[in-house]
Amino acid sequence: MDHLDRLENISIHIIREAYANFKNLCMLWSIGKDSTVLLWLTRKAFFGHVPFPLVHIDTAYKIPEMIQYRDRLAHEWNLMMIVGQNEEALEQKLTFPDGAIDRIACCRNLKTRALINTLNGKWKRLRYNHRINAYEVDRNTEPYTGVIVGARADEEGSRSKERYFSPRDTYSEWDVGDQPPEFWNQFKTDFAPGTHLRIHPLLDWTELNVWEYIERENIPTVSLYYNHGDGKRYRSLGCWPCTNPIDSKSKNVREIIEELKSGNLKNIAERSGRAQDRDDGGGLETLRREGYM
Amino acid sequence: MNIVIVGHVDHGKSTVIGRLLVDTNSLPDGKLEQVRENCERNFRPFEYAFLIDALKDEQSQGITIDSARVFFKTAKRDYIIIDAPGHIEFLKNMITGASHAEAALLVIDANEGVRENSRRHGYMLSMLGINQITVLVNKMDLVDYSREVYEIIVSEYTAFLEQINVKPACFVPISGTLGVNITENHKTIPWYNGKTVLDALADFHSMSDIEDKPFRMPVQDVYKFTRFGDSRRIVAGTILTGSVSVGDELLFFPSGKKSRVKSIEVFNAQQPSTIAAPCTTGLTLSEQIYITRGELAVKASEKKPCITSRIKTSLFWLGRKPMTPHRDYYLRIGTDRTQVSIEKTLRVLNADTLQWTDTKETIERHEVAECILQLSNPIAFDTAENNPMTSRFVIIDNFEISGGGIIHQDLNDSGSWVRNGVYTRNYKWEKSGIPGDHRAERLGQNAAMIIITGKKDSGKKTIARALENRLFDDGKVIYFLGIGNVLYGVDADIKGRSIHENENIEHIRRLAEIAHIMIDAGIILLVTAIDLQQSDIDIIKTIVDPQKIETIWIGDRGTSGLTCDLYIKNPKNIEESVSIIKDLLQEKSIIFKPDR
Repeated sequence: MDHLDRLENISIHIIREAYANFKNLCMLWSIGKDSTVLLWLTRKAFFGHVPFPLVHIDTAYKIPEMIQYRDRLAHEWNLMMIVGQNEEALEQKLTFPDGAIDRIACCRNLKTRALINTLNGKWKRLRYNHRINAYEVDRNTEPYTGVIVGARADEEGSRSKERYFSPRDTYSEWDVGDQPPEFWNQFKTDFAPGTHLRIHPLLDWTELNVWEYIERENIPTVSLYYNHGDGKRYRSLGCWPCTNPIDSKSKNVREIIEELKSGNLKNIAERSGRAQDRDDGGGLETLRREGYM
Repeated sequence: MNIVIVGHVDHGKSTVIGRLLVDTNSLPDGKLEQVRENCERNFRPFEYAFLIDALKDEQSQGITIDSARVFFKTAKRDYIIIDAPGHIEFLKNMITGASHAEAALLVIDANEGVRENSRRHGYMLSMLGINQITVLVNKMDLVDYSREVYEIIVSEYTAFLEQINVKPACFVPISGTLGVNITENHKTIPWYNGKTVLDALADFHSMSDIEDKPFRMPVQDVYKFTRFGDSRRIVAGTILTGSVSVGDELLFFPSGKKSRVKSIEVFNAQQPSTIAAPCTTGLTLSEQIYITRGELAVKASEKKPCITSRIKTSLFWLGRKPMTPHRDYYLRIGTDRTQVSIEKTLRVLNADTLQWTDTKETIERHEVAECILQLSNPIAFDTAENNPMTSRFVIIDNFEISGGGIIHQDLNDSGSWVRNGVYTRNYKWEKSGIPGDHRAERLGQNAAMIIITGKKDSGKKTIARALENRLFDDGKVIYFLGIGNVLYGVDADIKGRSIHENENIEHIRRLAEIAHIMIDAGIILLVTAIDLQQSDIDIIKTIVDPQKIETIWIGDRGTSGLTCDLYIKNPKNIEESVSIIKDLLQEKSIIFKPDR
């Protein structure tokens, strides 16, 4: 059994544990490569089905191709698609692109707060109706008690401290210093009312593993990841005002793998194209403690 | 291969890792030079341990190196070294890290000798099931490479490991700082002809032997995605040891049910005909049986697991509140979960003095203990000596994983002999050619055993007879079995001799076996009994499928602790009581509502 097989098996085991233990379970789908690999693993775990809803937080500043890709797969793979948004902040123009606030505060508004209030059911959830091929208001407002997320330990410092099953309190806060132990395939699947669990099946994967798996399994990805002739491509996807493409000639998955293994990306951080990571040191850990993904 | 490195604080773990990285050329380009320059600029002597710190720092800036995990490569294979914290406060984290390892390096400072964490970590490794341990006696340069010092440590630590049944792979005298015996033996220590650290790593064998052990798969779930138009019924799980093939006969424990592998299901690929540990998989069965999460799937042709509700264990406790007798906790093993309490604490290893005491009952945080646990339901497992993977359990206190342990021995519980009889009976059972669901369809009912109990003279039998009449009139195949009929017939040989406890159980066992036959024939069986206890019901449930049993309590409950499916407090009106029971049977789909 090779390394990718090992990673795949551990992830599938964790996804199935989550499904067996949480009645109100959902998976966050950012449309990026990691959570799309997670979605693929879910289909493997359940023999072609995705038996829980996928939640996407739409900041309204996502690159349009991402939304088209989302709705195409939702349709083709028969997904229970849920979309949440901070409508209030968008209406009042309390965003970074509007010049009202800085990048970190904008992430807090459009991502963290939208996420928390979509997960707990306090804000409107939109649900994809396969029959009419459109989104409509979801009648289910029950809070999700288990949230599957595609975070990887190697992404940045704060994520390396995560556990596979990581508890969050009523306010979605994360106690980094005192986390439950995990051993022998036994995870924290018992939880007090009012709390919820973040589940991280991809914790052991590296960026390179993700691309190797995408190649091996032939998983469809957004074309923004590839250079279309101008020598630029996205390495990580986010909102267009804060995410810049990197200089790269890679036109396909194979070339990205080579670039990561031996090329000019060998020792450069993946999220280097994300401006909010640099705005203040430790900013991401603060956001994560507050419930950011 | 995952290797964990442990040892007392400042015994030189980081230096050893730093040396291994440098001497195997595993550092990113320019890293060593960069750290050396940094040291010069800050007027600090260079230390190999700084390399690890530098790698960790980089990670917090976002470069892909795991903080607790260091990657390196030799010609033989890839290694991941898990750097486990040495402080006692981080025992929880040390366990989380170490449980992913297949082998361990344990570092002891030659100058300081065996310290408390040298022993504690050794003990934890053996509990976690990591029994390949190589001991590195570090800082040999500080004791002038003294053979005497080295041999004292070897004999002292070997004696300690022997106590906990661990045989070290080997001992290596080293100096991390000077690179002595890390990757090459330059005879700096003239009297040592043995292995280097790198040789010792190469000698660790991978866990590939899990494939050769008997097939063990805890059932994680049974999937039926009918709402997506998929009619497959898939038993899903992760294979812990062994392998399974299409056509293999399977047994599921603790229920003891039997079926055969029809197919091995996969998504988006060709179906394999065989699959082995450590794969996740999904099996369809040729005969449909009712099983749920928590059962252990094994092959009928291989060694059977132990099944009991009393176990002798070693466990470590991590909870803030101590573990105490007379308190209920949950135990999780594989995918099974049941209530547990301490029956007896045999001995406790004190966390500070590392002395065993047999007078303590409670187990404090970070202590290790040997105790007998009493479970509320039987579990299926193997002993640690036979198969460590299926001997491991965790204990949940107040929603938290608060302890873990391994099972050394299965002890007899009151139901052991009944259960063993049932397993043999199930295995030898000649199945009818008419499937149960065909019978149910023809008769318009799902077979069941309805047990009506309560205090003396509460009107049980009157209600039972009225119920029998009502259902018979409805066209159901129902039979009321008077206990006397069993007592003077099937039980004639033991009637009146029921002074002995086991013979009381024998009455219940025989009744339940009759019920089992009648249920198999598709019949609804009605039984009444005075003041049944939970232990009686547990025995019946061992023999008859618990899904097919309904218990009803008639009249005043008194002090009875029995959990029933239905209580009829005030059974004055017979007809009304019968209607309430009929509603229950409809709700449980034993009989169907008229409109269906």
